[in-house]
Amino acid sequence: MDVTGQVMKDSKTPSNKQGGLSPDIQSRIGHQLRAIYDEVVRQGVPPRFAELIEQLGSAETAEEVAPKDNGRV
Amino acid sequence: MPLTKQLRDELLGCVPSLRAFAISLSGNGDRADDLVQETLLRALANIDSFQPGSNMPAWLFTILRNLFRSDYRKRRREVEDADGSYAKTLKSQPEQTQHLEFEEFRVALDKLPQDQKEALILVGASGFSYEAAAAICGCAVGTIKSRVNRARSKLSSLLYVDGADDFGPDNAVRAVIGGGSR
Repeated sequence: MDVTGQVMKDSKTPSNKQGGLSPDIQSRIGHQLRAIYDEVVRQGVPPRFAELIEQLGSAETAEEVAPKDNGRV
Repeated sequence: MPLTKQLRDELLGCVPSLRAFAISLSGNGDRADDLVQETLLRALANIDSFQPGSNMPAWLFTILRNLFRSDYRKRRREVEDADGSYAKTLKSQPEQTQHLEFEEFRVALDKLPQDQKEALILVGASGFSYEAAAAICGCAVGTIKSRVNRARSKLSSLLYVDGADDFGPDNAVRAVIGGGSR
């Protein structure tokens, strides 16, 4: 049962109802928030989005470029 | 204005952080990717309204945030699953102790009111200034600051307070860890 101590390492930190949190708690929250966030960022761009932008982008560009190409060919 | 290669690259470059924002907001990977897709479609459809050289991430985040909020309102009426959506999404994550702590964190994050959650994510994780976050959320800078503060206080009381017996997931996670590590 003493294992709970491992998880709640900082349980000694006083709770503060006024919102003036200790720097320790603030940095823990920031760290965990960024850890979750960055894990997703590191996954990069999934192919479906690269394709989507590529397709829509080239569709639009094709419209603009088409007349010129016709002229040249 | 045509969609230049440069704009396309800028859009692509924003996708990873857009996904991270969407997942943090919604707590659900599939739904997050749908949100990102819809955001990109809207952005591409309205690319004319984007000022070249202005803040592309802020523009895209604003679109995604608005989509999420209208979607969220709709869904809340349909399905009330306030509890455990984060936990469920996370079941497939690697089995390290650290991840249990993250899971606990996500459950707590999911309990924050929308306003506070988005403010905290934008400032605390996406790295936007208070000013940019205020522009994205369409509110005053002071409002963002107080939402971020309230979000932190709430998280702190959910996660790091002594003898928080009334927080179910917290205890559940502790029990799992306790049982697993003899």
